[in-house]
Amino acid sequence: MPYPAYMEESIRKVEATRAERLKKGLLPRIPEAEREALVNKFHPDYKKEEMRELKVGPNKGERTPHEVADLLEGSSRVDPDKIELDKIDHDVDVLVIGCGGAGGAAALLAEENGASVLISSKLRLGDANTIGAQAGTQAADRPNDSPAIHYLDIMGGGHFTNDPDLAEALAKDAPDAIRWLESLGVEWDKEPDGSYHELSGGGCAVRRMHSCRDYTGLEEMRTIRDEMRQRNMHGRKIDWLEFEPVIELLMDDKGQVAGAILMNLETKQMSVVRARAVVMATGGVGRTHIQGFPTTNHYGATADGLVLAYRVSCPLVHMDTMQYHPTGAAFPPQILGLLITEKVRTLGAELVNCDGEQFVHPLEARDTEASAEIRECKERGKGVTTPTGEVGLWEDSPMVDIIRGEGTIARELPAMVRQFARFDIDMIHKPMLVYPTLHYQNGGIKIKADASTSVPGLFAAGECEGGVHGRNRLIGNSTLDLFVFGRRAGRAAAKWVKEVKLGKLTLDHVRKWQREIKEAGLEDMPISPMLLPNYARGNRPVPGFVPLGEASEYTPFGDRAVRWI
Amino acid sequence: MAEAEVAEKVRMLDIYIMEKHYQVPEGLTIQTALEYCGYRLIRGCGCRGGSCGACATVYNFTHDPTLRYGLACQTAVELDMCVVQIPCFPTAKPIYDIKKLRPTVDQVLGIYPDLATCFGCNNCTQSCPQDIEVMDFMSAALRGDFPAVTAESFECVMCGMCAARCPQGLSPYNIAMLIRRLHGRYLLPKSKHLEEKVKEIEEGKYDAEYEKLRSTPMEELRHIYDERWIEPK
Repeated sequence: MPYPAYMEESIRKVEATRAERLKKGLLPRIPEAEREALVNKFHPDYKKEEMRELKVGPNKGERTPHEVADLLEGSSRVDPDKIELDKIDHDVDVLVIGCGGAGGAAALLAEENGASVLISSKLRLGDANTIGAQAGTQAADRPNDSPAIHYLDIMGGGHFTNDPDLAEALAKDAPDAIRWLESLGVEWDKEPDGSYHELSGGGCAVRRMHSCRDYTGLEEMRTIRDEMRQRNMHGRKIDWLEFEPVIELLMDDKGQVAGAILMNLETKQMSVVRARAVVMATGGVGRTHIQGFPTTNHYGATADGLVLAYRVSCPLVHMDTMQYHPTGAAFPPQILGLLITEKVRTLGAELVNCDGEQFVHPLEARDTEASAEIRECKERGKGVTTPTGEVGLWEDSPMVDIIRGEGTIARELPAMVRQFARFDIDMIHKPMLVYPTLHYQNGGIKIKADASTSVPGLFAAGECEGGVHGRNRLIGNSTLDLFVFGRRAGRAAAKWVKEVKLGKLTLDHVRKWQREIKEAGLEDMPISPMLLPNYARGNRPVPGFVPLGEASEYTPFGDRAVRWI
Repeated sequence: MAEAEVAEKVRMLDIYIMEKHYQVPEGLTIQTALEYCGYRLIRGCGCRGGSCGACATVYNFTHDPTLRYGLACQTAVELDMCVVQIPCFPTAKPIYDIKKLRPTVDQVLGIYPDLATCFGCNNCTQSCPQDIEVMDFMSAALRGDFPAVTAESFECVMCGMCAARCPQGLSPYNIAMLIRRLHGRYLLPKSKHLEEKVKEIEEGKYDAEYEKLRSTPMEELRHIYDERWIEPK
């Protein structure tokens, strides 16, 4: 779908101001005091009516978006009185729930440290947010950089709300994570002398973004997945179950996490896993479409890990803050909400309004950048409205080739060029229309530096855990988080396995939970975990059949406003 | 443009899902068209952004039987389109230990001996939704030109279509995966900076710097952050 004539007209205004903008340079960064006021007024996290206090569980009294609260306060899919826990289908050392980058790294490290591993994956191995990550992975390895500078960036980016232990671990392990991935065969972008081709990112003081063209997450994920598959035979012990998510954790009578109940999504059969340790690596929440935002997230990003952990009384942290990526596609409608990597801006593209005017420095921290865009559209009315009613601003991609030489976009951003070309848009020569999109869950399961939680036997890694990024994550620190805390979780789980003595399996925590939500008057909440969103138009659950989720109103253009009630 | 005006302009398209007729509004992808028709996807849907290869789809048109291949999430639905998804296809996946291999063509042939049976029919290239020159990288693999295999196959999302169409039962995407790993691990020049940095971290070189930052009061830390040196572009 090429741009309609009235959008082309706005593009001509962007082109008309381009030479002048290039000459003048970027707008200055917004000073801290002004930044706070901007974010307070325009960032979706600050809309009070879009959140509510939780009535039950370890975070009782804390606020979280309605979409997340509905799931956290939801009802179990299992009836504890009807499940036979004597019949164990899988008996393993470590159960890893989820198989993106964090789950994969945890599985590999647990296996290397002597544990047998079973992975429960809701989709195929690796069909996760990791695989769509484009920009890169941060690590302070250049001579003018240090993990301490990286640490300061992490803390400042998170507005100093981060857990310093976790931020320190993230920065400290980063170079070794890059080395580890390279030893598995990840093809990093390099200079001829072997040093990494490193770009800068929003909120970073030093260039430290390691990339694999704009397929960084794909390259990391397919390499890790290939390695996992190599450890399935010849005495090695990683096994996996695809399309078979966890629907409830199991505990033992000593209060330790001791396994899980799985459901085969195709046959609906349940199975019981006994595990000495469980690593939660279920990723994020994008498919709950908080505040009706479209999302960059994969199909299974439905907050399952938060729900499962919450039911075994594991506290969550920073659940009132989500990351809205400043540049989701606002046009064409087929790719609404999909990620346009920050790398486009790090290479030189800036954001301009419908008249081709600058309104924000292109590399502000993500919450600031997104807030400035919302202000430009909502308060100043300087957005461009698409034929399907979306509003957006121009990301002036042609600036990249002008600044860095012809061919830069084709070389650095092949995935992006391909994606837009599929819908007849040439992003090398024409700007892209963008608007903030639901991208990342800043908070999550509260962990310690070794990725353990306050519940014995439960570990967490990747997007489903929180604290490390504080209230705002920087570019390139999410893929890093996967490998730093994924590896830490794998190691720690394998160590725990050697020490723990499991008691008798129980679902008493589910009985207790069901009592608590009943007492709190939450019986009408949906069944959770959600497992998959329901985008099927007109699909209504059959009576007597436990649905995967409730039906939702269907909107024909992408995923906009698909609400899960 | 008002929404009502837009709605009037939406054209309904005839499409065929596994030969069954449906009508869907223009402007959907194959994936959202399936959902519009009432399908609740379990297989055949992953990242929804063109990176994971879960939604490989074969299609043609009622008036043109030539097969085309696309990712359902990245392909706009068109009039008279006939679509079938192939969410899973059996392929050869031998076991190897990357740490014990060497980056040679003999090693690759040891693991994938059938590679030598490729007779250049080009079905693989024609079936690739990423427009990768699959046959070219298969020839490069046989020549032992691993940098060429890596470069040409880099945008592979491992959807499996090339393997599904190979008359020799080869699995080009798995062969490329092995070669990329060999290239990344053994053939790329190593970074000196990285090795040094990892060693320095292990030796605790930065611990004092961390400790200083961690014991700095919040207000002062904010100041240090605001005033920190930013590397020029």
